[in-house]
Amino acid sequence: MSLDEAPKAQNGFVRYFKENMGTLIGLFAMCLILSFTTNGVFYSQRNLVNVLRQVSSNACLAFGMTFAIITGGIDLSVGSILALSGTLSAGFIANNNMPVAQAVILAIVIGTALGLFNGVVIAKTTIPPFIVTLAMMQIARGAAYIYSNGQPIRAMFPDYQIIGTGYLGPIPYPVIYMTVFLIICVILLSKTRFGRHVYAVGGNDKAATFSGVNVARTKTLVYTMSGFLAAFTGVVLCARMASGQPTAGQSFEMDAIAATVLGGTSMSGGVGKIGSTMIGVLIIGVLNNGLNLLGLNSFWQQIAKGIVILLAVYVDMLKKRRK
Amino acid sequence: MAEENILLQMKHIHKKFPGVYALKDVNFELKAGEVHALLGENGAGKSTLIKCLAGIYIPEEGEVIVKGKSHIMKSVADSQAHGISVIHQELCLVPYLSIAENMFLGRERNVAGVIKRGEENEAAKKMLKRLGLEFDPNTLIKDLSIAQQQMVEIAKALSVDADILVMDEPTASLTDKETEVLFETMRQLKAEGIGIIYISHRMSELFAITDRVTIMRDGQYVGTVNTRETTNDQLIAMMVGRELTQLYFKDEVQPGKVVVEVKDLVSPPFVNGVSFAVREGEIVGMSGLVGAGRSETSHCIFGIDPNYTGQILIDGKPVHIRSVRQAMQNGIALVPENRKEEGLVLINSVGYNLTLTVLHEIYKGRPLGNTSKEEDLIQRYINELAIKTPSASQLAENLSGGNQQKIVIAKWLATKPKLLILDEPTRGVDVGARAEIYGFMNELAKQGVAILMISSDLPEVINMSDRVLVMHEGRVTANLGKNELSQETIMRYATGTGGNLNVA
Repeated sequence: MSLDEAPKAQNGFVRYFKENMGTLIGLFAMCLILSFTTNGVFYSQRNLVNVLRQVSSNACLAFGMTFAIITGGIDLSVGSILALSGTLSAGFIANNNMPVAQAVILAIVIGTALGLFNGVVIAKTTIPPFIVTLAMMQIARGAAYIYSNGQPIRAMFPDYQIIGTGYLGPIPYPVIYMTVFLIICVILLSKTRFGRHVYAVGGNDKAATFSGVNVARTKTLVYTMSGFLAAFTGVVLCARMASGQPTAGQSFEMDAIAATVLGGTSMSGGVGKIGSTMIGVLIIGVLNNGLNLLGLNSFWQQIAKGIVILLAVYVDMLKKRRK
Repeated sequence: MAEENILLQMKHIHKKFPGVYALKDVNFELKAGEVHALLGENGAGKSTLIKCLAGIYIPEEGEVIVKGKSHIMKSVADSQAHGISVIHQELCLVPYLSIAENMFLGRERNVAGVIKRGEENEAAKKMLKRLGLEFDPNTLIKDLSIAQQQMVEIAKALSVDADILVMDEPTASLTDKETEVLFETMRQLKAEGIGIIYISHRMSELFAITDRVTIMRDGQYVGTVNTRETTNDQLIAMMVGRELTQLYFKDEVQPGKVVVEVKDLVSPPFVNGVSFAVREGEIVGMSGLVGAGRSETSHCIFGIDPNYTGQILIDGKPVHIRSVRQAMQNGIALVPENRKEEGLVLINSVGYNLTLTVLHEIYKGRPLGNTSKEEDLIQRYINELAIKTPSASQLAENLSGGNQQKIVIAKWLATKPKLLILDEPTRGVDVGARAEIYGFMNELAKQGVAILMISSDLPEVINMSDRVLVMHEGRVTANLGKNELSQETIMRYATGTGGNLNVA
């Protein structure tokens, strides 16, 4: 290694573009192709806003997932926690006449508590995160079915629906939530002490322990956060549908993992960025939207998604190996 | 020398990585029945050269002549087909498979996919016997000791009909006795006409087993000498490229008050009643064999193992240390034994690693951290410890062993400890960096820091310590003053044959 090859300190934006060159080019290329093939429909304001709203739930889950995967774990329970919290929020209002704010907060607290439970078990035992959250995935989904008797709970209450359907100017609320969480998560991971600890735990948990990092607390916080984001997303989704759906969020965890991995987060932990995950989220979103506009049915979309994930991760690995 | 005796020649090998020459005009030659050492500091290019031989890297320029035939290895299989077998530093055995299964992994003897277990076991047994081993080939690898596993690695390497054997630091995890067994095996292989390329940092071993030594520095060939005609000093001078006038540097310091005192520390199975004290400005060596409970003792003091009984007094006050954080608050720092596993987050940057222990200061009252303070801190320690890195954003894994160790030391100096525990501070560290580390220790002691140095390197213990504690089976068996220090005395107490010097 020679000393004159010092990597220069780069400004944040330049570095962001460099690090995410591959996925950004991919995203850009997709947009370009769609602009030709859809006669500009893709670029209509309506459609772009639509894309953003469609990706917002996956984005929120993927932010939490990114934290979990960077610590060297995974959170498979997000789809189920989403469903449970959403169903509960609708049910609390429809069945128990609870005020909207109270119902929503309680539903989110319960979902967050399940995340906390995941975190405590993962931190205090040696059961792998995969297993712990797989179990929670079953438990939360089961609970959602039991609570709702397996039926959607109608919740046509304007105060409730507005959470998912409202607009601030031209921007739907879910997009605003996503943006807020994006900013918070970027700062949390890249600027705070907690973020440093997350990288240390995933990069080398032994060295983290030997450096005085509270590994157990860091893991607990990460899964709690993921639980919170899932619960929040669940409420927003059900509010938008005006119905508590116990079947909501099936396989959402897989989309969240896909977005995270597309963003270059390493499944073995220690590496990853929220900003990169966001690109992953957008790629999946634009792909779904574009194939929809082109009239391809959703089964084909799944196949396309699978191919894109494989390709993207392969390209990413090639890039890293060359380094 | 007859031509046919030469097994391998590597001539003018060049290997370039983006922007840097990893190897520049390197020559190497191996004769049948010879043990030929490759010597150089970390990063000198030894491993790269071996990888060029093993077909993992393909050199851009140069010639490789194996048994008279010029051939550049294209792949590992190609290299093996030419009789070259490499035993890597990290053991590459599958723990839950048997000896025989490991030996034939990837080239199972089979009929239509069904393994001929009996035949494999028979062949494995024969191979083991050749090395004088009487293992049952059905034994699982996980049930063997590290040394035994090493022997299996050798048997496996030979089982591909290799006549060129490369051993990369094979003794790193072996005891002296096990090393001797390994050497015996090597001598026997020599007699069979096998050529061995031997990589090791341990000078004494080179003189014990090798015939010739080729020295490399900064990716370049420095020279080849006959082991019998050279000296330790000459080899070191060739390695570091300068005369190292003095490796150890230790000033006389008047010790101050007791910083940490340990009384009857017990944490089974390794710590069985340890008592000692360390004073300001004192370097206390801690010697003993592997498994004597030295690291485990330090883990109690440092809060890694909070389940101990006995007393730890810090500045005279008893404290039960339950966490690393608490140990740090009490002014204790530990540079752990294994820097790659316990010391560093290798996939993160030098700067990141340097401040991992002092994040509470950087983030004190500032949720987003004090970036300029952090950068100052990083720059200061890179300069103070002369850490050779292109920049603070370089990944720790890209640095040499010596520089990695300096990062670990720096991150603990940043906590301004009262007691600095160093566990094997120079293991796998090249000579130049070692001298620097001794310099820091001396400097810290002069500033009044209490230092506890756990080390298996006897010359280091003897030359750097004011006092040496010797441990045996979880107890301190001797507390030797500066004038009582000799390798023999220490070994006597370390092996438990010196009785028990009561440590008051």
